[in-house]
Amino acid sequence: MDRPDARLSRTTVGRLALAAVPAVFLGLFFVYPLVSIVGSVIGDVSPGTVLGDARLRGVIWFTTWQAVVSTALTLAAGLPAAYLLARFRFPGRSTLRVATLVAFVLPTVVVGAAFAGPRPSLAALFAAHVFFNLAVVVRVVGGFWAQLDPAFEDVAAEMGATGMRRFTDVLLPLARPSIVGAATLVFLFTFTSFGVALLLAGPARATIEVEIFRQTSQLLNLPVAAALTLVQLAIVSGLLWATSLTESRTRVHQPVVASSEAARRPRTRGERAFVAVAGPLLAVAVLAPPMRLVWRSVRTSTGLTLGRYLDLGSVREGSALPISPLDAVATSLRVASGAAMVSIVVGVFAAWVVARSRRGSWLRALSAVPLGVSAVTIGFGYVVAFDAGVLDLRGNVWLLVAAQAVVAVPFVVRLVEPVLSATGMELREQAAALGASPWQTARDVLLPVASRAILGAAAFAFAVALGEFGATAFVARLDSPTMPVAIARLLSQPGAASMGQATAMSVVLMAVTAAITIAIDRFRVGAFGRI
Amino acid sequence: MSVRIPVVFLAAAVSLAAACSGSETSSDRGQPTIVLLTHDSFDVSRDVVRSFERESGIDLQIVPAGDAGQLVNRAILTAGNPEGDVLFGVDDNLFPKAVEEGVFAPYESPDLSRVDDAYELDPTHAVTPVDHGDVCLNVDLDWFDGRELDPPTDLTDLTDGRYRGLTVVENPATSTPGLAFLLATIARFGDDGWQAYWRDLRANDALVVDGWEQAYFGEFSGAGGGEGERPIVVSYATSPVAEVLLAEEPLDRAPTAAITESCYRQVEFAGVLAGTEEPEGAREVIDFLLSRSFQEDVPLRMFVFPVVSDAELPEAFARWAEEPESPLALPPVRVSAEREAWVQTWTDLMLG
Repeated sequence: MDRPDARLSRTTVGRLALAAVPAVFLGLFFVYPLVSIVGSVIGDVSPGTVLGDARLRGVIWFTTWQAVVSTALTLAAGLPAAYLLARFRFPGRSTLRVATLVAFVLPTVVVGAAFAGPRPSLAALFAAHVFFNLAVVVRVVGGFWAQLDPAFEDVAAEMGATGMRRFTDVLLPLARPSIVGAATLVFLFTFTSFGVALLLAGPARATIEVEIFRQTSQLLNLPVAAALTLVQLAIVSGLLWATSLTESRTRVHQPVVASSEAARRPRTRGERAFVAVAGPLLAVAVLAPPMRLVWRSVRTSTGLTLGRYLDLGSVREGSALPISPLDAVATSLRVASGAAMVSIVVGVFAAWVVARSRRGSWLRALSAVPLGVSAVTIGFGYVVAFDAGVLDLRGNVWLLVAAQAVVAVPFVVRLVEPVLSATGMELREQAAALGASPWQTARDVLLPVASRAILGAAAFAFAVALGEFGATAFVARLDSPTMPVAIARLLSQPGAASMGQATAMSVVLMAVTAAITIAIDRFRVGAFGRI
Repeated sequence: MSVRIPVVFLAAAVSLAAACSGSETSSDRGQPTIVLLTHDSFDVSRDVVRSFERESGIDLQIVPAGDAGQLVNRAILTAGNPEGDVLFGVDDNLFPKAVEEGVFAPYESPDLSRVDDAYELDPTHAVTPVDHGDVCLNVDLDWFDGRELDPPTDLTDLTDGRYRGLTVVENPATSTPGLAFLLATIARFGDDGWQAYWRDLRANDALVVDGWEQAYFGEFSGAGGGEGERPIVVSYATSPVAEVLLAEEPLDRAPTAAITESCYRQVEFAGVLAGTEEPEGAREVIDFLLSRSFQEDVPLRMFVFPVVSDAELPEAFARWAEEPESPLALPPVRVSAEREAWVQTWTDLMLG
């Protein structure tokens, strides 16, 4: 077995086996449903017909430019926030870390009011997009910075670079792949914006996703919806392809540290000033909407109450929710933990393949495509695709787990892969030189190094699954709705009790997300020793 | 310490697997299982279902499948190979398309004799009327009590200068009640008159929002738990009852009222899905939906009115809800054919 060609072929087989996991999973639960639905309904309608319609062209144009602006604004706010949370230790830091992720899962209908102010407006739309997506930048870019060896900054400081210079000349360039990754995810999220866009963009403006909803739910016009999905897919693929080209040119390899704490107290006057200004700003931005929600959940027309929380275990007579809200919490936890597990397995394998491949940047781009495709269309795809023979999975709860995992996988790839590819090279070579097989290298060397990133990705995947609404309301038959679905049902009915219970449940959703995030943050500290 | 990760994941996996196996209901007792596909807002008392199951020997499984539009789309996509046996929740605006796509197997229930002819909108009996929940203007009574202004009584009042800036309506392109209200104005003012009405409404500073939740909880001043400031909103005939029954503090009168002159008929239908393996059981379920026990149960479950003449309304309905006697209406087939063009004209008028 020591002959070079034997080892080579064993490596190739191993690599193919690794690649097969994400390929089969995404092929079965993303590509196949998409092809099924588009193939079965599109008929005479082609993307060309859509592009020939002036109103639909307007929809496509609005969708694109608002996503570009939203992404730029999110980066502008998110990079300083990520820097703050990743590199400095200060009172309230962990609260802010958790709060940014909590913002990510809040039901748009409930939080929307905080931004809606008197009227929907573009400013409200952008503010909400920044609020909801801050977590992506903080987690993806901040997650990378948190693992970057502090020696980089220290050396630059010794050479006389100020805090600002160290940020612009050292941290930003090193994090470029992560920044591109985060920007891509934010763009995809805002490009496919549905709830926020419906609520805050105003009735005169629609995103492609809102238009797909309108065509399907109001007009029963699936062919046009399918054509719009193809247009959406084309724009998303074009963008991802373009970023993959720039990414492969700018990619740099740098050593990261496994689990040392890269954050420290602010040292210079400039750093203290930055923390003193950016900290409170971020606190107001991410804490105000949740606090407002908490306040509304205890406030009634006559005073303050905890009654809505005490009632969460019981079924309310005449309520739109035929189960107790706590049942919805249990359902959400079950399904989201399943989705997080599946997406971690698939995502880590995918990240591994991406990190080792020469065409890594292209594969990485490919893994994000599911985020850029209409959830509604994929939902219909599931209905058509899994309806016969061995694939008759209709009503199976694992179908829902798979659907949520498809959405979470791109995050896992982006959170784990930079760490794998940055550390991978030298360690892998050393391990190979010492005679370790690729599997041994993966198990004993790379996974421990990436464990922080993997756990962080698990928290994020869990949050994504917990907050997921589009597919969840749609794909599986659950004996009890998940939390976001239950909140939506409560809000579909008049009455102060409906609104009250919906706000209380939203607070519970926040609390559950926060608890999971805190648990995972705590857990990873000290779970793995320094390499 | 790293063993803790697999342990955590394993525990989660086990709980999930247990949950999944638990949720699969089987009918080993030889009863036929009938799957009733419905929209997310469907609700019925458990007792009513249980007594039906006891009497018929049918195991009734209720499966929510998205909003009404998504439900009907799913049925169209799977026509002939349905996901269930019976579908409930297709309204008068959506059923012509579904019928045309061959979603339903016609069934003329003997119980239709108890249903008011006004609701039998499908002469082929592919779909059977089950309830109606009309869309009406709602007003905030407290708001008007405190001012020298009577609540509006008719659609034309809304274009009157005295009601300037007081109305919020939903976008018919994205909202079902919004569409019903547009149809109400077309039924009321005719093919040539409705555009002028909306122009006046726009000039009178009526606000358009995309969804019912936003209009009702976000903009309407009469909603319990809401934050709005406008005292007139497009909602349902039964919304005042819901305000009383779902209030947090007991109320001795309804804080809002529906304006019956403005109501547009909205009927919900059920049908046997073509291709079902249990056509007999499916028909029995249709009969069940028209039974007195179901018809008397739906008002408090879904805040809609029954369609059979012998169903008694619950006391709360008798007190707080006024059932519109002759709501505005248009023929479903016509709506199905012209809806898209009407909505487009409306969009140009109101949002252009």
